[in-house]
This record gives sequence, C-alpha cells and structure tokens, in this order.
Amino acid sequence: MTLDSKIPSGPLSGKWDSYRFDMKLINPSNKRKYHVLVVGTGLAGASAAASLAELGYGVDAFFYQDSARRAHSIAAQGGINAAKNYPNDGDSIYRLFYDTIKGGDFRSREANVYRLAQVSNNIIDQCVAQGVPFAREYGGYLDNRSFGGAQVSRTFYARGQTGQQLLLGAYSALMRQAGQGTVTLHPRTEMLDIVMIDGHARGIVTRDLVTGKIQSWAGDAVVLATGGYTNVFFLSTNAIACNVTASYRAYKRGAAFANPCYTQIHPTCIPVSGDHQSKLTLMSESLRNDGRIWVPKNKGETRPPNQIPEEDRDYYLERKYPSFGNLTPRDISSRNAKMVCDEGRGVGASGYGVNLDFRDSIKRLGKHVIQERYGNLFEMYERITDENPYEVPMRIYPAAHYAMGGLWVDYNLMSTIPGLHILGEANFSDHGANRLGASALMQGLADGYFIIPYTIGNYFATAKQPKITTDHPEFRKVEAEVGERTKKLLGLNGKRTVASIHRELGNILWEGCGMARNAAGLKKALERIPGLREEFWQNAIVTGEGEGLNIALERAGRVGDFLEFAELLCYDALERNESCGGHFREEYQTPEGEAKRDDENYAHVSAWEYTGVGNTPILHKEPLVFENVKLQTRSYK
Amino acid sequence: MNLTLHLWRQKNAHDKGHMETYKAEGISPDMSFLEMLDTVNEKLMQNGLDPIAFDHDCREGICGACSLTINGIPHGPEKQTTICQLHMRKFKDGDTIYVEPWRARAFPVIKDLVTDRSAFDRIIQAGGFVSAHTGGVPDANAIPIGKVEADKAMDFAACIGCGACVAACKNSSAMLFVGAKISQLAHLPQGQPERKQRAINMVARMDAEGFGSCTNLYECEAVCPKGISVSGIARMNRDLLKATLTHVEGTASAG
Repeated sequence: MTLDSKIPSGPLSGKWDSYRFDMKLINPSNKRKYHVLVVGTGLAGASAAASLAELGYGVDAFFYQDSARRAHSIAAQGGINAAKNYPNDGDSIYRLFYDTIKGGDFRSREANVYRLAQVSNNIIDQCVAQGVPFAREYGGYLDNRSFGGAQVSRTFYARGQTGQQLLLGAYSALMRQAGQGTVTLHPRTEMLDIVMIDGHARGIVTRDLVTGKIQSWAGDAVVLATGGYTNVFFLSTNAIACNVTASYRAYKRGAAFANPCYTQIHPTCIPVSGDHQSKLTLMSESLRNDGRIWVPKNKGETRPPNQIPEEDRDYYLERKYPSFGNLTPRDISSRNAKMVCDEGRGVGASGYGVNLDFRDSIKRLGKHVIQERYGNLFEMYERITDENPYEVPMRIYPAAHYAMGGLWVDYNLMSTIPGLHILGEANFSDHGANRLGASALMQGLADGYFIIPYTIGNYFATAKQPKITTDHPEFRKVEAEVGERTKKLLGLNGKRTVASIHRELGNILWEGCGMARNAAGLKKALERIPGLREEFWQNAIVTGEGEGLNIALERAGRVGDFLEFAELLCYDALERNESCGGHFREEYQTPEGEAKRDDENYAHVSAWEYTGVGNTPILHKEPLVFENVKLQTRSYK
Repeated sequence: MNLTLHLWRQKNAHDKGHMETYKAEGISPDMSFLEMLDTVNEKLMQNGLDPIAFDHDCREGICGACSLTINGIPHGPEKQTTICQLHMRKFKDGDTIYVEPWRARAFPVIKDLVTDRSAFDRIIQAGGFVSAHTGGVPDANAIPIGKVEADKAMDFAACIGCGACVAACKNSSAMLFVGAKISQLAHLPQGQPERKQRAINMVARMDAEGFGSCTNLYECEAVCPKGISVSGIARMNRDLLKATLTHVEGTASAG
C-alpha cells in the first residue's frame, strides 16, 4: 500500500485553482455515460448526489433511513463557519485556515484545510440561494456568532437548528434531481459490501431493509458519505443507527483507515442519568457564548447552585484560559470538565457534571434575548431533565460526539482503493486531531458541493475503466459472502441481547480509550475486546428471519462490525505515543496537564491496512509537511 | 413504574394486524418513551420473540423518524414534543397505554408501528425547492431579507416531516406539511420566481398521493411537534388560487 496524497505543488493559496485547471474534464454529453453510487444522504452525500446529477452524471443514492432528510446531519445545532468577514472583525480565508490547523493540533494537511477555508464562502452563498433561512439582523444582512477556538465571529446559524436547515437545503436539491429522474433514491437500503474489479471500486452490495433482498449495484465510481463511528462507544450523541459498517467493509477490502483514535468528546452534553439510556443528547456549543461554566470551589459542596456565592464558585475555564474563556476548543473544555469532576468537585447526583450558568447573561441581556437565541435548546433540556435552565444552571458533561478519524483520502477525496471516494465525517482529512465547532457542516458541504464534482471527473477521465454490469462474476461472489454473513447472524440463538453486548463494548472503550487514555488501559481494552467479540458470535440472540424488516438483524450486523473496529481504534491510540487534540495520553502531558505533542516522531497520519480479524493491522505513515504554518504548542491562555 | 401496553402488531404490509398486550415493568420515570419500548424489546428478544418494529433515529426530536400514536394522539400527550422526547415521568404507575402507528391511506404500514411516508418525499420532488444548481449564485448578502420575514420563513422551515399532521387529521390531509414548505419559500425572495408553479405542482402531487382535504379543525397544528401554524394552509390555498387564475405555464415540472 502506498499513500500518495497528490497534493498539488505551488503556493498554498493557488493550489486548488491551478489544480482545477490541471484536472481533466468530461464533456457534457459524455457525463451521462458515467454512473456514480452514492451511499449516505447527509450533508456530504446529499450535496454530492445532487451536484453530480446536475452535472449530468447518473446517480443512485442509498440510505438506511426512510427519507434522505433524516440523515444525522439534521441534528447539528450550532452553525457553520465561513470566512466571509461580514462582521469586519479581522477574519480571512487564511485565518480560518490557521484556526482550523491549530484547532486540529497540527495534525491535518495544510492544502486540504486551506481549500476548505476557500470554499467555505461559496457554501453560504449556495445555501442562501436554496432558501435556507439563516439568522439575520434587522437590516436584512446575515448574522454571525462565535464558536470555540476562534476569536472572530464567523459562524452562520439558523436558530439552534442549523444542521436541519442545511440538510433540508441539500435534500431539496436532491429531491429536485430525483423528481427529474437523474437520481434514483434507494431508501431503507443498507450497504453491506464493496465490489472490486481489477483493483477498482465498481459496485456495492446492499440489503433492502424492508424486503430483506440482497442486491448488487454496478457503477463507475462509489462515493461513501456514511458518517462517523462514534456509536462504537454505545452512548454517544449520534443517532441510534449511525454505524461504521460501510467504512469498515471498505477497510476490509483494502481502503486504509486513518487516525481512528482521533475521536471528539463534546463538552456540552446532558450528563448520563442511568443505565437505561440509549443515547446522550448534545447541548449546542453555541451556549458557551452566553453560558458560564463553573463548579464549586470546594469538594463536598451541598448548597443548591443558586445559593453558592461568587467567591465559592470556580469558573475554571475563565480562570485557566483567560483569552478564550468559556470558548476554548472542545478537547480542552472536555478534559477540564473531567479533571474537576475527578477532583470530586462535579455536580449532580453522579458527580459527573459541571454547571453551565446563564444567570449573568439573563441579567445582562434579558430573558427574551436568551430565549430567542437558545429557546429550543432550553426546552429540550427541560424535557429531558425536568429542570428549568432559566432558573437553575444547566448541568453538562462531555460525551462522545464526532470522529475526526476515518478512511484515508488523497487531495481528490479518493481512498487507497481507486474509484472509492469518501466524503464528510467518513473521511479523515480536514480536522486533524480535534475539530472546531461549526466546522463539520462546512466540511460535509465543501466535499459534496465543491470538491467531488471536480475530482470525480478527473478520475473518470484518467482511470478509463471498461464498462461492467452486475453480471460480472465478482458481484455473485460478494453477494454470496454477504448472504453467508447474514445467515450466520440469523443463526445466533444464544442468551445475550446484541444491545447488552454493545453496551459492554462501549464501557470497555469509554474506560480504556475515552477522554484520557494510557498504555496500560489500552492494552487491557485490547485484551477484553476479542473475548467480547467471541461472546457475540457464540451467545448473542438474533431473532426473526432474513426476509422482511428485521431490526434485530440490522443491529447485530452493525454491532458485529463495531466489535472488530474497536480493536483498530485501540491499536491506533496505543501506537500514538503523544497527546494531541482529542487523543489525550496521560503519559504525555505538561506539568499543567495540557496535551504534549511529539512533532519529531508523530507529525504524520497513521493509516492502517487490514490483515484479518484479530490480527494486528499494518501501519503506514503519511508525513505531514508544514510549509506555511509554524508548529507551536497550542495555547488558548 | 409498571405499565400495561396495548400495541399494534402487524407482520408486514399484507398482514391484517392486531392489538397485542404487553407488560412494561420496572420502568424508570427518566426513560424516554422509546427507551421504555427498548426495554420491552429486550425482554421479547431474550424470549426469542420478534421485537416491536418502530421508526426512530436521532432521539433528539429533529430527524422526524419517530411516529407513534399514543392513546389516540400522534406523538402523545405533551405539546410540541416528539415521541422520542416524551419521558415516562409524564405517565403514572399502573397506566394502560395504547400504541398505534400513523393511520392514513397514504402512509401504509410496513411492519408493526413502521409506516411508509415516501409520499412526502414525492411532494417535495414536485416543487419543494428553489432551482438553484450548485455554483453560480450571488453573494449571500447580495439580497437583504428583513429579520421579520426571515424569522417567519424559519418558523415554517422548522417542519421535521414526521407526518403527525396527517395522522391527526380525520381526512388524512397533508396540507400543514405542504403549506409549511410553500410558506417558507413564499417568505423569501429566492422562492418568488417559482412560487406559482410550486403551489400548483405540490398540491397536485399531494392530491395524487391520496391525502384528503382540510376541514379547518386544526388537529394538525395541535399535534405538530414544531408548532407549525395553520396559517401556512391559508397561504397555500391563496397561492394556489392565485396561480390557477393567473399562471399560464401549465403543470410542467418547475425544475
């Protein structure tokens, strides 16, 4: 396996422009001869499918939900970044680029991140043209707010439902194409494998979740926009059915998996309240614009929060990071919350929570302003916890949220398998070791609207693969393998439910590979995972039949893949002997408890090659070259 | 808490379906309604029985997948709350709860509590968009939109496409859903060029899918988890009337 990032030469700011000129084009009348299979219809998948169809390519779009509008991008709350500099506060493409590189703790590619910052402005234009109702000022111009890791206000938002509105924009573009017959939609369809012919990705095998039919689809390229893998922790902010299956199947077929240990633990989630919980709920980071985070100064504090006077409160983020205060990046906020709780100063019944207090901003701005900004989030909080955050501080705690790691891609967003392109959260490319708030929406839409439509044409023009159909024998072979695995899952007739095994896997990972990691804990996790996997294949219960809708089978298939993927996650975390961003190894920290990078030995992307279930994967390294940015210790003090 | 559930079971689209009784025991008041169903399903599977199928995904009240009728009310008793955000503390120990799927001809049952709502996608395909292809659009601040208008557009854009409005209506009308999309785009300058054709096409598609007409009972608004106003229906009707009287392009696709 070779990792060629295909980063164009020349000065940073001109790379994308000159590369676009160098890429080969497909003439309009030839585009319809090419067929693209897009898996996933979140921001990246829906925007890609719509944009490719507009160009004239034939597109099939596959998704497990009943409608493309339900992909989990819909749940993103806070906003989307762009370097418009509308507020005149000093923003620029270069600053967005720099903030993103620094926010990612200098573990991402300069060229990719710069391109992302460049196209960020086009995204906002595109969304407005689609009728996305962004927040506006009275003069009619777009409003901005601040997010973690930046000292400018560059985040565009639509109340606390920005992801929903952006996704509905991309969905409407996709529906427009579907109505014209240029995209064929395949709802309630799950991709279960990739089909490779002559070393190229040429198709997929799917299961129709309603009829149970296993079916092959051929194309000239495959695009995976299947999201992140954070549900490997069982409790996360992801939707219940989010899974690693598509990415993991591609990995098993030869696509390198990059930096799986870069997982983001989001600082502002509603704390765990009991073991009945099926997921954790995020409270948007935007709340940190007006909410102040604190815990009592003293251990064993028993007074209710509103009766604790100012001098007995520790606003620990404002104290330790005066220039960024409550808006320090997510990894740092999360780790500090863990630290104060580990000291015994946490709040709530479990002791694993910190206060997010709006008292001062309600006093300063009035309740109606806070209500207008965050009303829906406050309501959601009250519904779940039965407490009124206008009167008592919210209680929050970090939860698994986003995967910076993902399938390795080059500058064209193509994986190590020719023809297999990976977009959005499913790839590893832009966020390094830590993603800044409001950057996921930006990246998903950048990949789908403005990058893949160019680079896929270049692939078609240069790869020149023969036309194939699903009659090719390779499709029969993969179909048979998928059928075999489905049969094996349906044969599981043990005593333990799949959900309870998944929950145990989550506990193993949260303990061994969660917010803070160390070699001993990771080794222990690596010892426990194969045993649990064994138990799954010996003792899990999967009821029902292969024909028809079978929710037990669906879940078992996904958890089966998580049980293999979890090992990869731990291998990567164990191998990376440094702390950076979301990957905090306790052995590598400064005396103040900040992450300590090792640029000499670890300024590279770790890309893993599959070698069989239970075997140690092979590590390949792509060195990260910094020509424009000076590597520094990240400081938000 | 211990509860008795009377729940709709239906093997597949061809099965007639029936109500079945289950006990939900040891339920924590902090559980969401769906987490309560999860525990019932865990028990069923431990006994080798087929779990109850129901649509759900984000469990944050935004994806619009969850769709249960609780004691005859779509999304249950709480105002502006999806079923995934309804918590068991709103029920009492010993309660009997009836759980059914959305009931509407245009939303046929696939299995148990899962229905086929693809008719909504087809209505959006008919015109629920602005024909702005990727690229070639003006700067986002080139066209100012007053805050009041933008906020109104957002009020209607908040629709999550769950279909509770249809399930609550005795005529299974989809007019709140269609009116919401038409109103969102009607409040924005970007929606004006295709406004008339949009109303004609979306309403035609809605009728073809088998949704009924509005009789002004406002049950849809009462159950809508996002509080979409029935004024959207009035706007839809006004736009349709204006379009049929003044628009000459016919019913070709607006795309």
